[in-house]
Amino acid sequence: MMDFLTSRAFKGTVFALLMVGLIVLPFFLRPFGLLLIAMWMVHAVAALGLNLTLGYAGQISMAQGAFVGIGAYCTGLMTLAGVPYPIAFLCSGVLCFGIGWILGYPALRVQHHYLAFVTLAFSTLVFLIMRNEEWLTNGIYGLTDIPRPILFGWNTGKAQDFYFFTLLMTSILAFCVWWIIRSPWGRAFVALRENPVRALSLGVDTRRYTLMAFAMGSSIGGFAGALYAPLVQFFEPNSFSLTLSLKLLLMVIVGGAGTFFGPFIGAATEVLLPEWLRIAQGYYLIIYAMLVMILMMFCPTGIIGLGERFISHLRQKKISSERSAQAEAMGQDKAGNNGGAGQ
Amino acid sequence: MAAFIQLFVSGLATGAIYALVAVGFMLLWQTSQTINFAQGEFVMIPAFFVLWAIKILGVGFWPAVGIAVLASLLILGLLFKRAIVDPMLKHGVLPLVISTIALSIFLKEAVKDFYSSQAQPFQAMIPSEDLHLFGAVISSQSIFILLIASAAVLGLNKLLNGTRLGRAMQATAQNPSVARILGIPVERMIMYTFLINALLVALASLMISPIYLAKFTNGDTLGLAAFIAAIVGGFNQVRGAIVGGLILGVIENLAAAYISAQYRGAIPLILLIVVILWRPQGLMGRAEERTV
Repeated sequence: MMDFLTSRAFKGTVFALLMVGLIVLPFFLRPFGLLLIAMWMVHAVAALGLNLTLGYAGQISMAQGAFVGIGAYCTGLMTLAGVPYPIAFLCSGVLCFGIGWILGYPALRVQHHYLAFVTLAFSTLVFLIMRNEEWLTNGIYGLTDIPRPILFGWNTGKAQDFYFFTLLMTSILAFCVWWIIRSPWGRAFVALRENPVRALSLGVDTRRYTLMAFAMGSSIGGFAGALYAPLVQFFEPNSFSLTLSLKLLLMVIVGGAGTFFGPFIGAATEVLLPEWLRIAQGYYLIIYAMLVMILMMFCPTGIIGLGERFISHLRQKKISSERSAQAEAMGQDKAGNNGGAGQ
Repeated sequence: MAAFIQLFVSGLATGAIYALVAVGFMLLWQTSQTINFAQGEFVMIPAFFVLWAIKILGVGFWPAVGIAVLASLLILGLLFKRAIVDPMLKHGVLPLVISTIALSIFLKEAVKDFYSSQAQPFQAMIPSEDLHLFGAVISSQSIFILLIASAAVLGLNKLLNGTRLGRAMQATAQNPSVARILGIPVERMIMYTFLINALLVALASLMISPIYLAKFTNGDTLGLAAFIAAIVGGFNQVRGAIVGGLILGVIENLAAAYISAQYRGAIPLILLIVVILWRPQGLMGRAEERTV
């Protein structure tokens, strides 16, 4: 049983069930439910990107919300101007890749809390630009009526169609991240997190990988923004204030930084849970904040860490019970042998 | 010129409040590696302690202030350290950062849900009058804030450098293991810094709430200002945080008037980025050794 819980087959089964659920679910949900689950996926993608920077490469960033914003504005403005969606989508990612690369430079000079504050300052600056540069971003009024794409004759204008489109894009992006993590790149990121000096002495170009970690994480944030824009069809600068960056940071840590599925779980606690806990109403955030504090106290590795701990606890119990059974059996053997020798 | 003096003095007053908050922020970082993301909310809360005391206990303003200071010491000092920081220290910096972010959400929402989401008028400690100096109109509030903040800073300085207790606290901040070997009760010293922080934020709260009005979102800007002040001045020096706070207050005010009111909030951030890239140890700070 315990072995099954950690086995590949189990993970595969859960994954397959989840996918089937996500494909079948829309036929039972109302448009609001669809919107909610699509929101969850978009947030999960943004958190996946941050997880790459923070969880794997160990570079703290409080600017992921800003990249979602940049991506959303880029896609929103381009599609409103009549540019086909795929091009706008790619541009969002490329733009965020470039800006993320530049934001990575401070990380070469400073670490930890200093880096946190540089990225925090960047996030606030981006917000101010979105709010104040009316000629570009329409200021506090935001962007409205962002069109949903028509791809190869598939019009995603309806809620259900767009849901499937989001599911498809999320799967592709998640696969890319999964591939990056498993590739030598991912290993280099982890080396950077665990011990930068050692990584450097082993021939990892830490400079390049630090910048890369920022750029890749940011570009995935940008893609999330590119999905967000046609999903909500209306947004304003406040959607991408510092709060979003902090939320995404919480998602990654609460889910489990440095694990692939952590961001999905973290995003669920931020996006889906409040809706299911409607009874708690206005008190949801208070309860959530308390739960986060308690979780951090007892299990700083997040919900995934909590699950792993539970499984290893079960396994240890099993091993120790097996051992004691074995010891008992051996003891009986020994007693028998001794008895034999004595005679 | 008169306008400039006016802006400068009111900037100094705001800066003095930032400085108090930044000093507390920095003391926590030094003695216990706590980056308190709830520091802004810590400044927001004591004003609501006062309002709560007046509303629920029905006491006058000054007794309410006394109760608020006591509550700050107990909740923002003692309880914060015991319930949140102590259990988290062994996990390292990041989980504690997350925990204080959660705490800031908690405090904000608690005020919003259990008191009010509207800005509340808050009585000033002295009556507000306009003083005329060199043709400039200066609020008595500004002068009062500057005096109180200076007194607080001088007192803190006297405590840290002039007394045995203060030396012991500095030793704790610089090297806890050696301090422990020397027989300094490190745990108690760390507790004292948390209490000092609680006092400083309570003081800042009482002075800034009459100006900004007491609102649950006040902490957002104040917390950010405190971080910036601490980093710009230098993370490892009390005087650094003070200089940082004052510079920040003045620059913010002048920038709003002479450069761009819309980007008022951006100037300190740009200052922050420039300082971090050019002098990460801050304007007044010493470079910290890098550990491998």
